[in-house]
Amino acid sequence: MHDSKSGASLKAEFVSLDAEGLAPQETPWQEFLRIFKKDYQALIGFWVLMLLLVTALAGKALTEWWVVFDPEAVRLTDKFLPPLSVPSPDSLPADRPFGGVYLMGTDELGRDVFARMFQGSFVSLSIGFVAVGISLGIGVLLGGVSGYYGQDKVSLKTVLIGIFLGGVLFYFNWNFLGYAIIAMLLLTWIFRLSVDTLIMRFTDAMMCFPTFFLILTAVALLPPSIYTIMFIIGLFSWMGMARFVRAEFLSLREQDFVIAAKALGVPEWRIIFRHMVPNALAPVFVSATIGVATAILTESGLSFLGFGVPPPDATWGNILSDGKGFIFDAPWLFFIPGLAIFLVVLAFNLVGEGLREALNPKLRSR
Amino acid sequence: MPESTTSLLQVTGLKKYFPVRSGLFSRVSAWVKAVDDVSFHLGQGETLGLVGESGCGKTTVGRSLLRLMEPTAGSVTFEGKNVLTLSAKELRQTRRRMQIIFQDPYSSLNPRMTIGSIVSEPLKIHQIAKGQDLQDRVNQLFIRVGLRPEHQSRYPHEFSGGQRQRVGIARALALNPKFIVCDEAVSALDVSIQAQILNLLRDLQKEFHLSYLFITHDLNVVQYLADRIAVMYVGKFAEVAPAEDLFASPKHPYTQALLSANPVPDPTAPPKRIILPGDVPSPLHPPAGCRFHPRCPEVMDVCKTVEPKLTQIGPPEKGHQVWCHLYP
Repeated sequence: MHDSKSGASLKAEFVSLDAEGLAPQETPWQEFLRIFKKDYQALIGFWVLMLLLVTALAGKALTEWWVVFDPEAVRLTDKFLPPLSVPSPDSLPADRPFGGVYLMGTDELGRDVFARMFQGSFVSLSIGFVAVGISLGIGVLLGGVSGYYGQDKVSLKTVLIGIFLGGVLFYFNWNFLGYAIIAMLLLTWIFRLSVDTLIMRFTDAMMCFPTFFLILTAVALLPPSIYTIMFIIGLFSWMGMARFVRAEFLSLREQDFVIAAKALGVPEWRIIFRHMVPNALAPVFVSATIGVATAILTESGLSFLGFGVPPPDATWGNILSDGKGFIFDAPWLFFIPGLAIFLVVLAFNLVGEGLREALNPKLRSR
Repeated sequence: MPESTTSLLQVTGLKKYFPVRSGLFSRVSAWVKAVDDVSFHLGQGETLGLVGESGCGKTTVGRSLLRLMEPTAGSVTFEGKNVLTLSAKELRQTRRRMQIIFQDPYSSLNPRMTIGSIVSEPLKIHQIAKGQDLQDRVNQLFIRVGLRPEHQSRYPHEFSGGQRQRVGIARALALNPKFIVCDEAVSALDVSIQAQILNLLRDLQKEFHLSYLFITHDLNVVQYLADRIAVMYVGKFAEVAPAEDLFASPKHPYTQALLSANPVPDPTAPPKRIILPGDVPSPLHPPAGCRFHPRCPEVMDVCKTVEPKLTQIGPPEKGHQVWCHLYP
């Protein structure tokens, strides 16, 4: 048990005090890996995601930069071919798919479903990541401020900044939102409410809206593009994250090691970023992983209803949407994207669960 | 043992009230008087033991002194300066001279920092040392508190409670403080480790001429370590006395009851346990007059209305103070 690597001369001094000995060194990262590797479901999910990542990058490269698979080529001679069929003899040689076979069949315009799925994988995944990135940013910022400075009263300065921001909204003719923000700030200032109350009531108000319909409305009003979709999904899905981070910060700021840092005169920013954020991040990662799955699902839902990414770009959602009219004649148009979405969402959720297990200190050292 | 009596710390009229908020607009409906008008002094190299039941305000006193909580009223004079009126910058400098050791060695160390960086952080942020000098100082601190310097790259969860408490002590010592608040520093440890840590604290006190405010509920611990002992009951001091005096002749009925609850390691000693009726009153609604009167075995009429004043027992320089109407 007792390791005696070095310091033989010093050893005599504290051998009596330090008689307990230590297990071989293990950093938190190694420990995390050890627990995560035991969870075979999460491990499968992880490899599925790695595969998806490679597919998405390859998809971007091979359908847009070097067009090996052309997702936009329309072949009226090759409509509704089932998976693994060869092009009809009278199709133009230039339109023939790579490898001479339609891996996943063709759709009602004779487009290669495999090429479209390939391109869609990048679009779907990037929507998932960007949307979660945005919601992570907003959520961590608002939740962190709420948790750390929560007990402070809203100051006049905050109210003035808020009124200025409200003014900016008026400039864009978003009068309703501007009035709402100014009224909220004035109320909190008049009643001497805390920063925490202000932010968390706003979060609650956001949570009251059925997110999907809110997104539908916003998407209908804004110009349709892949970036709009990313922003809108991110903008309306930070509430859970904010609550998470707030709860973490509230419990961390009362922990002895944070109080000890204060007593040592550690500057506030260092307490927040060195002592609190690293300890608050674990559950946030878990919820972000699952958030990516939710964002992909939301995008598919939007595309399915026809409000998603506009046509030239293929996403799994709009392939599914296009295919829904031919579910009995050409079931592959429906099942292939459906299965892909199902697998990816499942993989993200499994990895999220695995992370939750591996990062939870209560389940440690099993 | 208190050879030098130069006052390092002088606390006068310290109060800490916590607001109780209720209703729609969080109006303050009541105050929890956690610490209510506490005064004491602490000499250089001296240990003041602060004992009392859970929730009597011991920890609040300790944290208020370091301004980890803002006291409601009073003054804390440390090395001639009032800590409570210092600006943020001056406070940072003063905090180098006064430190705290926590009760729970599991939550007092950041689980995501190696113990080496935990101990070196104060030296870095106060720009006391860097490079090889920093490494040397950290090594010395580790050796001084009985840890192996080569364990520096390990994380707190790899150590036992006693070893972690040593890390906490090394961190507190890093800035060369004069005064350390030991907030239940050994309560979470098992008895054999307690003894080791207590001996370590005692050795460090001799070596660095430290003053301790030793907060605990364990009478044996204070008896071992403290020069003087203050007994606290529901936010106020009941009795302050030199350790031997307090154990030999406790004056306040609460102190007597408290000491009688402490087991004597002698099976033949006659049991003379004083059982107090009732429960500890809530600091939200402390009893009028003397706070101990509803439970006091020697209660008089005056106790129910008039708050007892400080009375010196014996010569004032001996410093045996009691707040009780029995000693007019």
